[in-house]
Amino acid sequence: MMIIKDAIRERLGNKIIAWEEKSSRRVYFTVAKEDILEAARLLFKELGLRFAIASGADTTEALEILYHFSYDKNGEFYSVRVLLRDKAHPEIDSLARLFPGAEWIEREIWEMLGIKFKGHPNLKRLLLAEDWPEGNYPLRRESS
Amino acid sequence: MSHKVIVPIGPYHPLQEEPEFFQLYVEGERVVDIDIIIGYNHRGIEKLAEDKHFDQVPYLVERICGICSSSHPYAYCLAVEDLLGGEANVVPERALYIRTLIDELQRIHSHLLWLGLAGHFIGYNTVWMWAWKYREPVLDCFEMITGNRNNYAMFKVGGVRRDIKDDDIPVLKKAMDDLVPALDLFRGAVMDDPVIQARLKGAGILTKAQAIDWCVVGPTARASGVNIDVRRDEPYGAIDRLNWNVIVEREGDVFAKTIVRILEMYESVNIIRQCLKGLPPGEIDADVREIPAGEGIGRVEAPRGECFHYVRSDGTNRPVRLKVRAPSYMNVASDKVGAVGGTISDATLTLAAVDPCYCCTERVTVLNKTDNKKIMNGWDLIRLSQEKTRKLEESLKNGRL
Amino acid sequence: MNLKLKALTKSIWVFHASVGSCNNCDIEILDCFTPRFDVERFGIQLVGSVRHADAIVVTGAMNRKSVSILKKIYAQAPQPVLVAAVGQCALSRHMFRFSYNCPEPLDKILPVDVYIPGCPPKPEAIIDGIVKLVNKLRSAE
Repeated sequence: MMIIKDAIRERLGNKIIAWEEKSSRRVYFTVAKEDILEAARLLFKELGLRFAIASGADTTEALEILYHFSYDKNGEFYSVRVLLRDKAHPEIDSLARLFPGAEWIEREIWEMLGIKFKGHPNLKRLLLAEDWPEGNYPLRRESS
Repeated sequence: MSHKVIVPIGPYHPLQEEPEFFQLYVEGERVVDIDIIIGYNHRGIEKLAEDKHFDQVPYLVERICGICSSSHPYAYCLAVEDLLGGEANVVPERALYIRTLIDELQRIHSHLLWLGLAGHFIGYNTVWMWAWKYREPVLDCFEMITGNRNNYAMFKVGGVRRDIKDDDIPVLKKAMDDLVPALDLFRGAVMDDPVIQARLKGAGILTKAQAIDWCVVGPTARASGVNIDVRRDEPYGAIDRLNWNVIVEREGDVFAKTIVRILEMYESVNIIRQCLKGLPPGEIDADVREIPAGEGIGRVEAPRGECFHYVRSDGTNRPVRLKVRAPSYMNVASDKVGAVGGTISDATLTLAAVDPCYCCTERVTVLNKTDNKKIMNGWDLIRLSQEKTRKLEESLKNGRL
Repeated sequence: MNLKLKALTKSIWVFHASVGSCNNCDIEILDCFTPRFDVERFGIQLVGSVRHADAIVVTGAMNRKSVSILKKIYAQAPQPVLVAAVGQCALSRHMFRFSYNCPEPLDKILPVDVYIPGCPPKPEAIIDGIVKLVNKLRSAE
């Protein structure tokens, strides 16, 4: 069986800022926001992992997106962490150009956390009502 | 000259009982594009969870969806247990078996529910009534074990809330024995009926490559030849100690999705029987007091596919972040490829074939009645779909197809 | 009593609107129409368009997006129309009371004729609620 862990470390090299194996099946690693497209292309297109979902969170120092990829042949789960430190204008490349499965979740993160996805084909509201006030992002810390 | 018409379906009473809204762009009979608009069901559960204790969250996430109301709390518990060092290290043996049993009972009830609705859409109301009739004994089993027909409240971090009594076991066994003839009936009804075959085969095809690109999960993926099942890939509960099979079909059409679901029910019956046989004695929950800081991921194969929960804790008694991804979230988006290229009368069926669950996914278009928009409600579409079945039936009777 | 209302008590045609529920109440409502409970015996029928309905059954904690739709649905219904709130969410918004997306309870938007509590109410409870509603209409004479 191909060792996915090694393949990722070898191919991404020093683009991996932090690497953490919480258990044999849970790997979290951090990349810079400029490298997310490359990391996603490697994981999804070349290594054949399945994109499970992305989750956004507002931590005190940054906005954080975790892209979860699943390797279904042995149940390993890879979460790619990206930190966006500029909370006023968070921006990141869209993965929806790579595979359409990312379209909805990026729309959701955009409306919930206000993160802009560059190159998204259809960045409009998914869940919230049309008259929801602009600039009020429910999952941000200041919104309560 | 092509004349493009927009057919809105929804948001009320289109395909299923939940609100969803599809805009079909049609040219003549062909669907050329589709716009899916959701959000009529969004209740902000992820935000609400941040104000709840770790022990209160299962109650909340159970109410994400009523059909898979054991998958969400299960996935949440798995996520918290992942943070604590893994389910197998925390949860007692007996609880693992009970968890698996509840999970599989729920799969049977959910697949029967879908089968009934699918029957209704193609005009076989008998299938609807029969499927729901045989679903009732499954709900009775739930009522006996958990005290409620839906919303079982069985899961807690570290185990389960209620035990299965020894007296219940023969009743459950009998319920499973009675269910098998009913499943045989449905299998026969679907596989041997030329009308159903003619109607479902080739409708709403999702190829393997499309299934991978849209990241679909569960029976929708397995019907397209993508061999994934969380139960096998990352075993949880007692499932890795039992013998069962993953059902995979290649065609990717509505017929394949139906077959996958019907055959899966047999596997579930099989798993439940083994659970009842192997149910070990002992405790049903472990005492979990402190949730340390950290993050955990829980995955469960819900009836519709992989249900994903991500929990982050900062060491206090409330989660900092809970991310929920229900299976329909991925599957509904793939309707875009399934329905486009087909006819309107197939659209209802295709849209329903992924077994959408909007409570989970949460979302559907409100439109203005402007030019070119022919208003057609869900009822009309179901009627169209039923008419097509009748026409097929007649042409089969006359011996030509 | 209003003659139209009296006519309603014979066979109520129901339109089902789910405005942000978890599906449980919806399934239990549909369950009422299937063989074990079979309310069609009493002439109660589920209809696809609210224009044919005598009663609207509402489930779920109403969210911002569905409020306007529900108002539209109510306006389209032939009057008099009865409103039944089924399930804890429709009654009191349940635990979604503090959610950013569920601003108002149902009875602030529509006049509710019968409340059927439960999470979800069993089909028996739903049938019982409808029977009470019918009795209420008849005794109003």
